[in-house]
Amino acid sequence: MKKNVIEVKNLEKYFEVSGGFFSRKKTTVKAVDDITFEIPFGESLGLVGQSGCGKTTTARALCLLDPKTGGEVNFFNNETSSMQSIDELEGEELKKFRRNIQMIFQDPYESLNPRWTIKDIILEPLNIHNIGDLDEREEAVSEILQTVGLTPPENYMPRYPHELSGGQRQRVSIARTLIMKPKFVVCDEPTSMLDVSIRISIMDLMLNLAKDLEVSYLYITHDLAVARYMCNRIAVMFNGKIVEIAETEELLNNPVHPYTKRLISSIPVPDPSYDRKVYDINFEELDSLIEKYGSDKPMIDIGNEHYIATHDVKGII
Amino acid sequence: MEENFNQDLQKELRREAIKRNWQLFKQSKLGMIGLYIVIFFLFLALLQPFLFLTGIWNKGVYDPVVGYEPIKDTLLVVECPKEYPTEKYESYQDCPAKGEVNVKKLYMAPGVEVGDMYETFIQPAPPSRRHILGTDSLGRDIFSQIMEGSQVAFILGLLSATLGVGISTILGTIAAFFGGKIDAYLMRQSDLILMLPSLPLLFIISAFAELKVWHLAVVLGVLGGLGGSVITIKSQALQVKVKPFVDSARITGGSNMKILFSHVLPNVAPLALLFMVFSVTGAIASESVLSFLGLLNIDMSWGIMIYLSQTDGFIFSGMRYWWLILPAGLAVTFLAGGFYLVGRGLDDVFNPRLRKR
Amino acid sequence: MSKDVLVVKDLNMHYETLAGNVSAVKNVSFSVKEGESFGLVGESGCGKTSVAMSLLQLQADNAKISSGSISLDGIEMVGMSESELRKVRWDGISIVFQGAMNAWNPVVKVGEQIREAIREHYPNNTKNENTEKIESLFKMVDLDSSIMDRFPHELSGGMKQRAVIALALSCDPKVVIADEPTTALDVVIQDQILKEIKKVQELLGLSLIYISHDIAVIAEMTDQMAVMYAGSIVEIGPTDQVFSNPKHAYTRLLLESTPSVVGEKKKLRSLEGEPPSLIGEENGCSFSPRCPDPSDKCKSGNSEMGLIEVADGHFADKCCVECG
Repeated sequence: MKKNVIEVKNLEKYFEVSGGFFSRKKTTVKAVDDITFEIPFGESLGLVGQSGCGKTTTARALCLLDPKTGGEVNFFNNETSSMQSIDELEGEELKKFRRNIQMIFQDPYESLNPRWTIKDIILEPLNIHNIGDLDEREEAVSEILQTVGLTPPENYMPRYPHELSGGQRQRVSIARTLIMKPKFVVCDEPTSMLDVSIRISIMDLMLNLAKDLEVSYLYITHDLAVARYMCNRIAVMFNGKIVEIAETEELLNNPVHPYTKRLISSIPVPDPSYDRKVYDINFEELDSLIEKYGSDKPMIDIGNEHYIATHDVKGII
Repeated sequence: MEENFNQDLQKELRREAIKRNWQLFKQSKLGMIGLYIVIFFLFLALLQPFLFLTGIWNKGVYDPVVGYEPIKDTLLVVECPKEYPTEKYESYQDCPAKGEVNVKKLYMAPGVEVGDMYETFIQPAPPSRRHILGTDSLGRDIFSQIMEGSQVAFILGLLSATLGVGISTILGTIAAFFGGKIDAYLMRQSDLILMLPSLPLLFIISAFAELKVWHLAVVLGVLGGLGGSVITIKSQALQVKVKPFVDSARITGGSNMKILFSHVLPNVAPLALLFMVFSVTGAIASESVLSFLGLLNIDMSWGIMIYLSQTDGFIFSGMRYWWLILPAGLAVTFLAGGFYLVGRGLDDVFNPRLRKR
Repeated sequence: MSKDVLVVKDLNMHYETLAGNVSAVKNVSFSVKEGESFGLVGESGCGKTSVAMSLLQLQADNAKISSGSISLDGIEMVGMSESELRKVRWDGISIVFQGAMNAWNPVVKVGEQIREAIREHYPNNTKNENTEKIESLFKMVDLDSSIMDRFPHELSGGMKQRAVIALALSCDPKVVIADEPTTALDVVIQDQILKEIKKVQELLGLSLIYISHDIAVIAEMTDQMAVMYAGSIVEIGPTDQVFSNPKHAYTRLLLESTPSVVGEKKKLRSLEGEPPSLIGEENGCSFSPRCPDPSDKCKSGNSEMGLIEVADGHFADKCCVECG
């Protein structure tokens, strides 16, 4: 049995939206509706879907940026070696817990304070948690800059973000994230704003760091090809719900849910001689599987740790 | 060793950043003109104490408030006719002409008759070598008054602007950051202040309390600080608040106060500085309006100079006594304009979008 | 063999900035045949969009075309007056912009905006003729004709992009430039838009210039392609040829650094370093600092630049071909 670093159960995030200017009626938007997944230590899960499907809302709820409205998030507690619900945390304990979950943002131009030097930016987490004395902190910054490939570190520490290129900035974000030695990092499309030529080096860096530092990622992206490169498992999200979740290759080669099929078949292939497989978007396979395994559960296991959602999606895909 | 290298590099980078910003500012012609004007008036403000201290100027003669120098002139006593034109005078305005005095003005001096030469002190005296901008109706040196006035303008403008921007930055950031009831209260308050016409309000304040320069600076600062600039600073702070780097600090566990002071405030500061420079303009203009209306208890300022020329009845005499009105009026216009232009120049530095490539 | 519609020869364009001249387009030559689709690929800042803007003569105020020629159907466009350009612009060559979301005036109905463009070029058309025309355009891009009476904000991203395509086609252009028309869109909608563009292109026999940073999209969309790096074309040729037998190190790296959902999962190669600054003059190969295996000649900056033919119709940068 694998140890999980994080377990998410029936996570919900609803927003109340007031109807119109004069209307008092409020409608509820289910941005994230009943999603469940877990990530074992050292593995990465890709969360893939169209924009507006609730990927980023999930990420923000997991990082405790916006409070969730329902469900449970359990995190592996190192001290007690058991899973602990994050709802139980308060005050100092919560602050301490925050070390374990970090987030890398999409836009390297906006995720670093433009008025701070790189050194101060990377030091901030250490300062907040008051870790080590000044020399040790400086040493840690210099070390982490080398780890993310910004060498020599003395050249980067006194600089400001705008003096660096997009790729370098994203490396700084990664350094800042990893200086707390978190076990779980949420990545919100960290390479989508970067150029193709730089993208792979950032992705490789993140993969290597995951291996060396035993970090698990929740990797959010709209690009299945990127998710395939980065993740062991992929969860496909649609309309606030996870519709299919499986090992990466299993999902790509053997998609069941019509939305997954549609997503896969719309990705262009960098090979002019390759004719894209066009899946029939029909519900027959899904329906027969639901019939076989029963429709009483929200997700059914069809073998190979391949789960599909049973809720009705006809008419909205 | 490495530490030193680091600090040196940091210093050098900072110097470079300042240099780059200065280059950008220099690009703006308007900003540079404004800067020259401000420097010119700053020079005037500092020149006066220097002249007094070194004894180049005698306090008795050149003091802007109590200085006096008798300037004597010999005038021909004439009687102005009732009807014009005459051979000698075209219109009512022409009598008495230069070097003449109307006999009716001399009713206090016994035994003076038309045709006599009469020795008198002339005030206001036109510009001369000793008084390069002349003297006012009480015999005080105008140039010295202008210098004194620029001291007042700088103190008033900078003090009220600093105070105002300080208040609005803190309140605006708090409103943006905490939202909810605090925000609602602060916004209604600034709506109220925006809605109140500020000049009549100042009349009322000055009716109840004696207004000196410092008081006026505080009143203008508080009014400006609680008014519209809170709304603008708040909107800027709102933009900063949703930036990922703020989220990132929060995920790491940063407290609200820490995020407020280390992330939000520094990013609002450039806009606040810009506001400050612009509000100096407003403060200088308000001072001269209030002084002109006689509502301020100030010994000397540009507004007071114009006020005095008006109460002494010289303001409608056209260009005849130009040195009483023009220098003070131009000084107000130029210094206020100068600060405005500096603000425009700074705008180019802080708002990259306005920048020409 | 169909004839060349658009011929660009030795185009040079630079931006005048405070820091100096930025040479955004250097000696770019290519031609587009009738009914052919031509892809222009490269990373941001490589000059793709500058080429597009030069083709339309819509470049920024501080941009100067220093030399070269752009001829559309045999008519030289460089040096044309503004009024002549206005005629050529929408019915000779038109563009589907990068930020399609911002291409619309928010307070004017979509149909009205397209009508305006048509009126400019066909002043004699009656209102009904124009309406029919817009209806047929909308049909072509799978939009309902009721969309005409909608305001831009009432449309979804995909619908807006379709309408932008309709706008680009409104004056029957010979050449359409698509400048990253799908960057802001989701994969699913991107796929629909790509299919739409392809369908329309084949239907109308248009020449298409497709600009993208995504080599996978270029692979799907184009017959001919050019790879741009630091303002120059480093490799140009038939798309299958370039993909199956890339000659330039940069092209190879681009191909090897693009993840795919099909085929074996393979280790991708990353490209180290940053693209060069385009300010000022430079000598030799601009790619050599990032080249994984530059020759000594290339490193020393003495290599001769220029394209040489490596296969039928397939050209690559001389320096890099010689490197091996």
